Amino acid sequence: MTNTEIERALRESLVEIAPEAELTALAGAVPLREQLDIDSFDFLRLMVLLHEHTGVDIPERDYGRLGTLDAAVAYLSKKLASRPAAR
Amino acid sequence: MSDFAMPSLGADMAAGTLIEWLVKPGQAVQRGDAVAIVETDKGNIDIEIWQSGVIDELRVPTGTTVPVGTVLATMRDQSTAPAVPPAATPPAPAIAEAPSGPRSSARASPGARQLARQLGIDVSRVHGTGPHGAVTRSDVEKLAATGGMAETTTGKELLVQRPMVESGTGMRRAIAASMSRSKREIPHYYVSESIDVSRLLAWLQRENETRGVAERLLVAAPLVRATALALRKFPELNGHFVDGELRPSESVHLGFAVATKAGGLIAPALHDVERKSVPELMAAIGDLIPRARSGGLRSSELADGTFTLNSLGERGVDVVQGIIYPPQVGLLGLGRIAERPWALDGLLGVRPILTATLAADHRVSDGHRGALFLRAFEELLNQPEQL
Repeated sequence: MTNTEIERALRESLVEIAPEAELTALAGAVPLREQLDIDSFDFLRLMVLLHEHTGVDIPERDYGRLGTLDAAVAYLSKKLASRPAAR
Repeated sequence: MSDFAMPSLGADMAAGTLIEWLVKPGQAVQRGDAVAIVETDKGNIDIEIWQSGVIDELRVPTGTTVPVGTVLATMRDQSTAPAVPPAATPPAPAIAEAPSGPRSSARASPGARQLARQLGIDVSRVHGTGPHGAVTRSDVEKLAATGGMAETTTGKELLVQRPMVESGTGMRRAIAASMSRSKREIPHYYVSESIDVSRLLAWLQRENETRGVAERLLVAAPLVRATALALRKFPELNGHFVDGELRPSESVHLGFAVATKAGGLIAPALHDVERKSVPELMAAIGDLIPRARSGGLRSSELADGTFTLNSLGERGVDVVQGIIYPPQVGLLGLGRIAERPWALDGLLGVRPILTATLAADHRVSDGHRGALFLRAFEELLNQPEQL
C-alpha cells in the first residue's frame, strides 16, 4: 500500500468511529483524540478497523505510536514495508 | 387479558412519546421482546415487554405523548389467541404523525441523531452528504433551516414529527431533574482511596498480548467486574431506596456512565455483572457504548441500574465526586490512572495510581462501611487474576 492508500484506509476507519467529524479539516500532527474527541473504546475500535483495512496487527504496546494521522501513516507504512512480499 | 403500560425509565421520567410500534395486533411476543420505541429526554428507547402472550390491541397511536402508566396496549394469553389476528391499529393523529416504514437504520452520526431527535426530525429521511451517505449534523441543521421542508422522491415534504423545540434541552432537562432531586433528597457522603493499579495493568498487558486486536480488553472491564464483586459484600450500597427504605438487589446491575458525543451523560445498566467474566463484560461494554451514543438502548437498561460507575479519567480528571442517581444509593467515581510518587516499604517509587471515590447515601450506610467497600475494591484490583 502507498502512503496515500494507507491514509485513505485510516480516514475510512475514522469515519466508522466518528461519523460526525469533518475529516477534511483533520490536522496531521495534532493528536486524533483531541481532534475527534475519541476515547479508549473508540481507539480500540480504530485499531480493529485498521487491522481489517491493512492486515497489520498492531500490538497494544505500539498504540502510542499512532496518536496522530501522520504518525499512524508512518507506523503502518513501516510495518507494511517490513512484511515479506507475497509470492 | 392484561395491560402493557408506558414504563418509567427513571425517577425523573413523567411521560414518553410513542415513536414506533414494533409489533402488530395478533402477534405473539416473548418476555423481554422489544415491542415499541419511545422517545424520552434520554433519547429513543426500545421498550421491552415483561410477560409473554399475544398483542390484542394497540391503544396509543404513534406520535402521541402519554404519561407514565398509560396503557399502551392490551395483551391476552397465547391460548386465547384467535386464528386470524384483528386488523385494528390505532388511527394516527392528524398532526403529530411519525413517518411509517422500517425502523430507522440510517447511517448517521450520534451528533446528527441527537440533533434530529431534539428538532423532531426523522433522521432516516434526511439526505446525508457525509461519507457513504451518512447524515451529519450539518445535514440536519440545513434541513432545520428550511423549517423541515425537504425535496423527497414524492415531492416536497415536511419531515418534522412535532413542533421544533429549542435544541439541547431534552437530556439536560432530564439530568437537571434527576440530579436536583438527588441533591435535595439524598444526604451524600464521600470517601476516597488512592489505589496502586500496577498489578492490574501488568495483568491487563499480559492478557492483551495473548489476544487478537478484536478481543483485547480495556481497563474498564476489570474495573466493572471488581466493582460488582465488592458490592456483593456490601448489599447496603446496591439497590434502590423506595418508600423510605432500602430494597437491596439480588444482582448487580451496574449503571455504566457514558458521555454522549452531542453532550450529556447517560448510565445504562450492565445486567448481572457479578455473573459475567471480564471478557464477557468487555463484550457487553462494547455493545452498550455505541447504543448509548446513537440510540437503541432498551428500557430495562435504563430502569434496572442498582449502582453507578462513573469514570472520567480519560478526560484527565484526578477525582470524580459523583452525584447519586436516584433511587440508587451509591456511585463509584474513578479518576485517571496517572503515574505518581508512591512510598512502599520505606522506598519511594513511581506507580500508576487510580483515585476511587465512593458517593453513598447516608440514610442506608455510613462512612465506615463505605471505606470498607473501597478497601474490598482495592484488594480485588490487587488480585486481577482472580477477577
